[in-house]
Amino acid sequence: MVLQNVNLKIYEGQITTIIGLSGSGKSVMLKHIIGLLQPDEGTILFRGRPLKEMSKAEIASSTHQISYMFQGNALFDSMTVYDNIALPLRETTNLSKAEIDRRVMARIGQTELNEAAHRYPSELSGGMQKRAALARALITDPRIVLFDEPTTGQDPVRKNAILSMIAQYQKKFNFTAVMVSHEIPDVYFISNRILALYDKTIVFQGTPEELSNFDHPFNDEVIRSLEGLQKELTGLYSRRQFKILHHTQMKSRKSGESFCIAVFDLADMNTVVPRIGYDKAQETIHAMGLYIDRHFGAIGGFSTRRKAREFVTVLPFSDIAETEKIMNEFVEDLQEQGIHDFRLKAQDSDPADHYVEFAIRVGIAEGKPDDDIDSVVESARSQQKEIGRLQCAVKE
Amino acid sequence: MALNEKSQNGFENNADGTTLTRPFMLIGQRVIQGIHVLGSATIFLMTALWNTFRPKQFSKVIQQIYYIGASSTTIIMLVSLFTGMVLGLQSYHALIQFGAVGGLGALVSLSLIRELGPVLTAIMITARAGSAITAEIGIQRISEQIDALQTMRIDPFRFLVSPRITASIISYPLLTAVFDFIGIIGGYITAVMLLGLNAGVYSHSILRNVDLKDLTDGFIKSIVFAVIVATVCCYQGYFVHMRTDSKGAKAVGLATTSAVVISCVLILVSDYVVTSLLMV
Repeated sequence: MVLQNVNLKIYEGQITTIIGLSGSGKSVMLKHIIGLLQPDEGTILFRGRPLKEMSKAEIASSTHQISYMFQGNALFDSMTVYDNIALPLRETTNLSKAEIDRRVMARIGQTELNEAAHRYPSELSGGMQKRAALARALITDPRIVLFDEPTTGQDPVRKNAILSMIAQYQKKFNFTAVMVSHEIPDVYFISNRILALYDKTIVFQGTPEELSNFDHPFNDEVIRSLEGLQKELTGLYSRRQFKILHHTQMKSRKSGESFCIAVFDLADMNTVVPRIGYDKAQETIHAMGLYIDRHFGAIGGFSTRRKAREFVTVLPFSDIAETEKIMNEFVEDLQEQGIHDFRLKAQDSDPADHYVEFAIRVGIAEGKPDDDIDSVVESARSQQKEIGRLQCAVKE
Repeated sequence: MALNEKSQNGFENNADGTTLTRPFMLIGQRVIQGIHVLGSATIFLMTALWNTFRPKQFSKVIQQIYYIGASSTTIIMLVSLFTGMVLGLQSYHALIQFGAVGGLGALVSLSLIRELGPVLTAIMITARAGSAITAEIGIQRISEQIDALQTMRIDPFRFLVSPRITASIISYPLLTAVFDFIGIIGGYITAVMLLGLNAGVYSHSILRNVDLKDLTDGFIKSIVFAVIVATVCCYQGYFVHMRTDSKGAKAVGLATTSAVVISCVLILVSDYVVTSLLMV
């Protein structure tokens, strides 16, 4: 038996991520939700009504609102990308050919597949196949989308680009997303709720923040095995490792001494991402992480990525005056050298039609060894101000 | 063997009983399994046929007629030509010994129309299109493409199975007609053009001995074969994931082999049964 006594709730309009080790039954659970597999016992409720008690037509009408993105994409290899995406509309609706074409081309554009539209799946890279599968899953404007390990086999930039794309679409179309993943901690940035599957059952349901305080063997056996010491995308410390480092540093400090925290934010990214593309946006975040680490790591600081576009750096031996001085040097360096680097990262080799800009904001705050790090971070966040603007090339 | 030892299939064995009951047990299992598969395949066929009459099927059926029927025409013509030629050659030398060479046209045409045409056409299409149907559906099954159809609310029976079975039912009689016609021409080439039989004698013999019932019987057989072959090939591919002997690509290979072997055997068995029924 793969799953036993599984009881979970999925809330509308949220991203819920099911995490667990490989082979723990995450995909099986997802297949039960969409009805590809039937449970031996128990009931699946859809908006409070048991699926078992619904008629065939009612089930069809309920599941009509659900889309599924397979781990292996399940694209039809004898059809082009265009035909794959158009298939659900052609087969399940009475839309005109022109309307289907309009909708399909819109999705192809949104998922940056214009050049691949008339190619076969086998001719595409893994990332493009994922995007084609995502476009097909979203073509019917579903209310619920189930994602079965959408980032499998992708490099760190692509993984984060796909997760970012899911988050962006979820906000845009306001569907309910249920995702199976073991990309910890990357999924925390986009998930409203986390479900932890361990030993055949759900042992935790709550926010990513609540999961970090969850006292259960799951945290030791699963989270720590899945979470690297450093994040793949940015090379910075994971949130947990960051907290441990901070705790270790502060234990050796006297109560009168101080430390500083800087909170960096890539503002306006939400509006810029659809224009520069998900991959370039992730490359920019990657570059920013490396840049912060290079600059502050050299003087004893350590950093983590706290949110999708937020970095937090601890300067354990600096007071506020010294930190302001260090930050001024950082700003000068960023404007002289850093922004140039970012422009190179963000630009394509082809000439751009025009450029879009987004702001880099930073806030600093001082804390004492006994202070709660989260409150110091919050204080730094409230004092953020713009320190530079990053330009990205856009081709229409 | 130890007393009360449980066999693999759950039956209690003992020193005396095992030897005596085991063959019956195995036969019984096979029979039950066979009935189960037969029932399952019948439901499979009925569901597929029912789906033929649902909307948006026409273009899919046409596409499959092209693939199963039109694309098989060349190979059918080639096989039928040489079948007719060798039939003419053998029959000529046999009949000439009895001075009955005037009946050559009837022998060639009746052999082709009643038996060889439907049977060889069905076997050729099984080899060319049937195996491909099993492999294609099987790969779609193991790569979750069929599951993907279900998640998109596209009935896999309507989308994959039904057009293939309907197209087979339409294509087989047409290809059988082509086989019969080209086979008779093959017989003509051997008998008239190569061995010097009078063309009028050959043609007259055909016209005098072949009646409408021969043609309809041949076409009935071809429809029966179409249903059998298309169902077996689609069924083997569709349920490839349920195989217990292997999984994945190997299972697709085995399913394809099984589909061809089972189809060919069933074509010959059903040929006898249908012929018997038509002769009543």
